[in-house]
Amino acid sequence: MTYFIVKRLAIGLLTIWGVVTAVFIVVRLAPGDQATVALGPDATAADIEALRHTLGLDRPLLLQYFSYLGDVVRFDFGESYRFGRPAMDQVIERFPATVQLTLAATVIAIVAGLILGVVAGKKPGSALDRAVSTVALGLQALPPFWVGIMFILIFALQLQVLPSAGGGSLANLVLPAVTLSIPFTALVARMTRSGVAETMSEAFVQTARSKGLTEAQVLTGHVVKNSLIPVVTVVGLQVGTLLGGAVIIETVFAWPGLGSLLVSAVGNRDYAVVQAATVLIALCVIVLNLAADMVNAKLDPRIRLEARR
Amino acid sequence: MTQSDILLAEAPGPAVPPARRRRRRPLAAIPYVIIGIYVLAAAIGPVLIDYDPVATEVTERLLPPGSATESGTAWLGTDAVGRDVLAQVVYGARTSFIIGIAVVTLCGLIGVALGAIAGYSGGLSDAVVSRTIDILMAFPGILLAIVIAGLLERGMHVVIIALSVGGWVGFARLSRSITMSTRERDWVDAARIMGVSKSATLTRHIVPFLAGSVVALATIELASAVLSEAALSFLGLGLPPDIVSWGQAIAGGREHLGTAWWITVFPGTALTILVICIGLVGDRLTRRFTRKRD
Repeated sequence: MTYFIVKRLAIGLLTIWGVVTAVFIVVRLAPGDQATVALGPDATAADIEALRHTLGLDRPLLLQYFSYLGDVVRFDFGESYRFGRPAMDQVIERFPATVQLTLAATVIAIVAGLILGVVAGKKPGSALDRAVSTVALGLQALPPFWVGIMFILIFALQLQVLPSAGGGSLANLVLPAVTLSIPFTALVARMTRSGVAETMSEAFVQTARSKGLTEAQVLTGHVVKNSLIPVVTVVGLQVGTLLGGAVIIETVFAWPGLGSLLVSAVGNRDYAVVQAATVLIALCVIVLNLAADMVNAKLDPRIRLEARR
Repeated sequence: MTQSDILLAEAPGPAVPPARRRRRRPLAAIPYVIIGIYVLAAAIGPVLIDYDPVATEVTERLLPPGSATESGTAWLGTDAVGRDVLAQVVYGARTSFIIGIAVVTLCGLIGVALGAIAGYSGGLSDAVVSRTIDILMAFPGILLAIVIAGLLERGMHVVIIALSVGGWVGFARLSRSITMSTRERDWVDAARIMGVSKSATLTRHIVPFLAGSVVALATIELASAVLSEAALSFLGLGLPPDIVSWGQAIAGGREHLGTAWWITVFPGTALTILVICIGLVGDRLTRRFTRKRD
């Protein structure tokens, strides 16, 4: 187990380093460096040169890279030129809204996905199973941002029952959370379905039936419990995709989270915020993946052993 | 769980009905027909429909579908600056296909090459490729694409690169795993004993066995590349304004959603139907090739 954790931790650290380095490279390749962007189009060449010197942009690239790595370790990404305050503060401030949104979407996906999956999986091959599987496949393929806009059109503009944009209240949360949850609902449904379908043909299910348990008791007591492990793992490992989806959904609904901040920072070349936001997202993904891996390894000894090979 | 996981791991459940029942279903052809129509529209549509993405016609703003304009009937209406929505749908299809196919080809080539080499040689090259895969798997690809396409200079090639940076990983994982199991087969041993070089063994005796699964994965990846491109241009990142794309068209109609729904609804529907059809085909191919390998 220790070996397993150490290995996952090492990969996590490597990932953060990879993200940090990739963003560093992209920022250096981008047209217009921090100094040019911050001073705007009216700045004189001398002003830009002076700011470049203050920011250390005139030093050799390798030196810049190492001092940047040092800053990252201290969570210091410099000031956002748009907000005039440390980028990390800006990012941390937006973080709770994103957590709220992704958590809500996860809960919806698990509840709806489990129900659909069990309904489909308990009679494999039936019309109901085929219907649920087809719908799940379709839902997984829907473009989330488009679904979001259609929700706005239907629920906010036509029916006028829910607000179309903004954050803060529960009513504001409904549309973005449902939109974000759709592909994950489909995924959980498909996973649960195949898990339940597989478990239904196990000998212990036969035994449970022959003991005289009702079908409902067999399902809840024996089948669902056993098909839950892969679902738990998948949900944990999907956290990256979920955050990636949140970035786009937040922009559609003007949800005041990390994602909409990142997109606007990218659009405005606010490099400090871009760097802070990507590192924070990478950190979240890694910590949550690690947690999912550990829960999974705890539940299933085969995974621990495989990591050793 | 990504598509490459399913190709690697998903054993067809005991419940899957025997193959014969599914064989002749006329409905099964529908996605292929629809994709065919899209390909046709993308290929010949621009020849038939004249469209200038930067021209504006102030007198013909926000016309509903079916309105008559100077240049003919606007069957799907016009947008906020008087451009024809039907033309945007058709030209957008072309952009989506060009970018989608370029991304999948690039990712497929890189992924299969790296995956096959890693799986066949093992050792250091395998370690390097595997760790790179681990790193890229952990970080959401669309975020990387947003940062790359958003910060670099605008252009189609930048979008293609941005989407490919994370996209090859699935191909590499799949190829690596199949190569590792194929390597142990008798004909590979035979080739080795006969003195066939390493690269020839790899290209002639192993890579052909990747084909089916790689095609299945490529189909799924095509759907996700089309989707990601639309998402990027929806956010206003990546493509320059003179290239028509569905994402841009959808974003352009957002302000007028309440009054001129057609600007957003038609390109979005075009995107949705295409992505779902490609997904259906990909799912079918995936099932076929996972079953065959068992």
